[in-house]
Parts: sequence; structure tokens; C-alpha cells
Amino acid sequence: MVRTGLGATMVRAGRRLLSSLPALFGVLVFTFLLMRVLPGDPAVFFASGPNAGKEEIEQIRRQMGLDKSVPEQLVFYLSDIGHGNLGRSMMTGQPVLKDLRERLPASLELTFTALLIALIAAVPLGVIAALRPGSIIDHGVRLFCALGVCVPTFVSGLLLIYVFYYLFGLAPDPTGRIDVFTSLPPQRTGFLSIDFLLAGDFEGWWAACRQLILPAVSMALFVIAPLARITRASMLVSLGSDFVRTARSVGLSWRKVVVTYALRNAILPVITIAGIVFSTMLGANVLVEKVFSWPGVASYALDALLSSDYAPVQGFVLLMASLFVLVNLVVDICYGIADPRVSIE
Amino acid sequence: MTSATLRHSVWILRGNPLTAVAAAGVTLFVLVAIFGPWIVPYDPVVSNVSEALQPPSAAHLAGTDQLGRDVFSRLIIAARLDLAIAVTAVGISFVIGAVVGSFCGYAGGRLDRAVGRFVDVMMAFPLFVLAMAMVAALGNRIENIVIATAIINLPFYIRFARAEVNVRRNVGWVEAARACGESHFSVVLRFLLPNILPAMAVQISLNLGWAILNAAGLSFIGLGVKPPTPEWGIMVAEGARFISTGRWWLVAFPGLALMLAVLCFNLLGDGMRDILDPRMRT
Repeated sequence: MVRTGLGATMVRAGRRLLSSLPALFGVLVFTFLLMRVLPGDPAVFFASGPNAGKEEIEQIRRQMGLDKSVPEQLVFYLSDIGHGNLGRSMMTGQPVLKDLRERLPASLELTFTALLIALIAAVPLGVIAALRPGSIIDHGVRLFCALGVCVPTFVSGLLLIYVFYYLFGLAPDPTGRIDVFTSLPPQRTGFLSIDFLLAGDFEGWWAACRQLILPAVSMALFVIAPLARITRASMLVSLGSDFVRTARSVGLSWRKVVVTYALRNAILPVITIAGIVFSTMLGANVLVEKVFSWPGVASYALDALLSSDYAPVQGFVLLMASLFVLVNLVVDICYGIADPRVSIE
Repeated sequence: MTSATLRHSVWILRGNPLTAVAAAGVTLFVLVAIFGPWIVPYDPVVSNVSEALQPPSAAHLAGTDQLGRDVFSRLIIAARLDLAIAVTAVGISFVIGAVVGSFCGYAGGRLDRAVGRFVDVMMAFPLFVLAMAMVAALGNRIENIVIATAIINLPFYIRFARAEVNVRRNVGWVEAARACGESHFSVVLRFLLPNILPAMAVQISLNLGWAILNAAGLSFIGLGVKPPTPEWGIMVAEGARFISTGRWWLVAFPGLALMLAVLCFNLLGDGMRDILDPRMRT
């Protein structure tokens, strides 16, 4: 049956979503097993102190369900997650879900801004390089790409701090999302830059953007390379195709040929890579948030991890896995919109 | 290596100067990793507080850190640990991945499709996060950095070996081997695996750079390697405290070492791919 339009896109995306659920479940079970089966007894951590009695530890084990068999524990764990209970963090004393919810907007604001910067830089770079293959510009883009993937995000972040904060004094103190003395706007989206705009506070908006720009750029630098590379490769194929030759021969404007025909047809692989890049960025968040003391979920999980507080780490991995499934879904929908043919079976 | 292959390799490298430079770079890194302790000007762990935080000079090529240790000597000593972590991790995942992937690709069928799908999904997952969680669970030690890096590399090798074996499973020489009475095991291990090795070598080189970055990232966030052990990632982490007061050399030089190592492995991998399959050139 041939179905077209948005409906077909949704059907396709839904099917893909279903097929990625087993992997999500796999990640869940994997992290559970990692945290439970391997050495280290959580009951000892939760006990009152290093000289807690044997009975006390036994009692905590019973309370936590650790005296049950591993499969039974897994069932309890899954049902806890089903009820939105991710456990309690020992560090903050709060439920992990609450902590994650408070900190997620900071991470997402950073990641989305970085992705936006990367796309704005990478797509034109790739297109320019593809329009003049073999030229100096093309070689420049290739050199930039080759170097870009080699510099670790944490190094480029620190060097950006050195140049823009220490040398030129253009950037604010590279710690956190906003100066502690700034009055915060009413929380609507959780994205500070958007909340300031909604509140009409342009001074605050500018301050938030200034804090955001360095971490976002250092994260973007790392992913511009794969995006520009795939744009270039895909544009080369597209520019060499018959329909572009025909469009040129009938005298369509350069803009129409390159942007409307060639780029539109070249964008599919770019979307695929953008999805993969986004999940790389979720991982890179850990490094960038540490460099810039960004109060996001990754730095939260990292602090928890270094103090052997496992519930937040588990919650964080689960959150990343869910985000990742969501991103794949968005990629599928974008796919269908960019090229309706992929939805037709 | 026979003299003919050697001559052929030299001829190829002459046509790919960049690959030759990368190969030389990799060789240099390996030599530094092996002979590091004999060529360093200073002891990398002995502190000398009277000379703390000095910028690069003739005496200290890359300056000194907050304890007065010579950064250049620490960089050289660190090469061994960084390369060892990456090479061991990639080695483990290559061996396991190649065998598992080859058998899957050879067997085909439902199990193969399931493995393929699983591997595809894994590859798109934020692998650094997974590595972090694994090190956390296994314990904060260097061996576990190696294991975690090996596991997150595994999907790449399984997928690659699967795809390569899949296109070869029914070609003439495989059928001939089967007709000669070779068992399935023997066909995969003695015929198919050696045949896909050159292609896998490209993957290994590209992967080594990635493994170095991952391992350095893990130690940068405080996992695995402990101070005062010299390691590039942890050197950047220690230098990070001094960057906003302008001590750039503590971050820039370990960063440069990481960058050059990764660049050499990547260029070598790209070059080898071009040699094996000129059509893939981008």
C-alpha cells in the first residue's frame, strides 16, 4: 500500500521507535547488572558508618531488597522505574528524578545551542567545499575537519577560556550558567536565554548568552568536522547528478540550483549524521560541563560517580538512553519531511 | 616482509606524502613510548617547588607545573601509558569483534540480523556515557578504563567484520574451501578472517585515535589514572585550574600531544584506506 504525507512519516517513525525499544531495555538491564552484580556492596555505603554492625548492614540489605535473587531485584528495579522512582541521591538527599529534572534544561540548552552553531557553520562550509572541489577553500575545509576531530573538547574548551577570558577579557568568568548575583527570570522553559527573553530582560539575556557561548562553541568545534565532511560528500554526489545538470542547462539561477535542488537532495545523510552527532554531544556534555562548571545533568552524574553514589549515575544513563531514543525518533520524522520518498513502501 | 612488498610499500608511500608523514609520526610516538624513560631530561614525578609554574624556557621546554615538575618530561613518560591503554583496548575489541562479527556474517539468518540491529543501535548510543558508567561500576582503576574502552569499541568491529564477511561468504574460494571438506570453523578462521584483515587494519588505525581520546577524556574527569601518574588527560585536568590565570602551557602541551597522536593515527588510517580502496577517497 502506498501512503504519503505526514501519516506515513509517523507510521515509519513509530515502527522505528518500537524497534529501538529492545536496545533501550538492553541498556537498562546492562546498567542494572553493572551496578548490582559487580563487586561493591551498596548496603555498606548506606550503613551509618565504617563500623556499622553486621545486623545493621543485613537490615539495610533487606530494606533495599538486596537479599533477593538478581532476577527478582531486576523486576523490582524495573517496576520502580515504571513508577518514576529512580532512587535517592546520597549527595543531595533528594530523589534522583527531581535532581535530574532541575538540571536537565541546563544541559539541553547547552547541547542544542552547540548543535545549532555546528550546523550553521558546517553546512555552508561543506557546500562551499563541494562547489569548488580541489580549490584552496576545499583543502582548507578538509584541513579544518582533520584537525577538528583530533582536538579533545576539554582541551579546546580550556584554550577558548585562555584566549577569550584571560587574554582578551571578552568572555565572563567561565563558571556556571549565570552570575550568582543576577536576578533570575520566572522559569518557563528552563532555558535561561529563552526565559530572559520571555521576561523582556535583555540585559539578563545578554549575560546568559555570554556564559553560554564558550561552552557551546567548544562542543560545536568537535562535531563541525563530521557534519561538514558529510555535507561535502553528499553535495558532491548531488551536484554531479543529472537533475542538477538539467537545472543548470535550462538556465535556473545559481541559488535555485544549489539551494533548492542540490542541497535539498543532499540533506538526508546530513540529518543521519546530525542524529549520531547529537548523541556524541550528550557524551561530550560530561567533559564540557566539567570544564565550565555547568550545572547540568552530566556534571551531577559525574560528582555522584566520583563519590560512589550510584542511583544518580543509573538515572543519568537511563535519561541519556531515553533522550537518545527520542533523538532517533526526531531524526526519522525529519527524514520523512526532508524526503517524502523514504516513507513510501 | 619480503623485499618486494617493502619496495611496493615505499612506492605507495611516495605517492601519499601525507600518509608517509603520518606513518613517521606514529613510529615516533611508539619510539617515545618505548624509550621515554631514557630520554627525559628530568624525573617526571619529582617536585621542585622553587621552580613551580614557570613558562616554557630553554631549561624547561614545556614549562613546569604547580609542583615544579618538568611538563616536557611528563609528556614523554605519559606517551607509554596513553598508547598502552589505547592499543590494549583496541586489541581486545578487535580480536573479539572480528571473531564474533565474522561468525555472525558467515552464519547469517535471524541471529545475525538481531546482532546487526543491536550493534547499529549501540553505535548511536552516547558511548562515552556508557564507558563512564562501566568504570564506575567496575571500580576506578586503569584496567577498567581499558575494559570500558574495549567494550565501547566492540560494536565497530563486529559491524565491520560482519559486513566484510557477508559479501565474501559465497564467493568461489570460500565454496572451494568448503568443497575440500573444511569445517565452517576453519573456513571462517583460516580463510575469511585473513582475507578481511587488511580492511580491518584501516579500522584499527582510525579506532586507535578515538580510543586515545576516550581514555584521555575518562582520566580528565577523574576516572582511572590517579595523580601523580603522568598521563595526557590528567595533565590537562591538573592544568585546568591554572588556565584562567594564564598558565596556558599546562593545558596546551598535553592537548597538543593528544591532538598529534590522534591526527597521526587518523591520517594513517585514511591513507591506508585510500591505498586499499581508492574509490572511498573523500
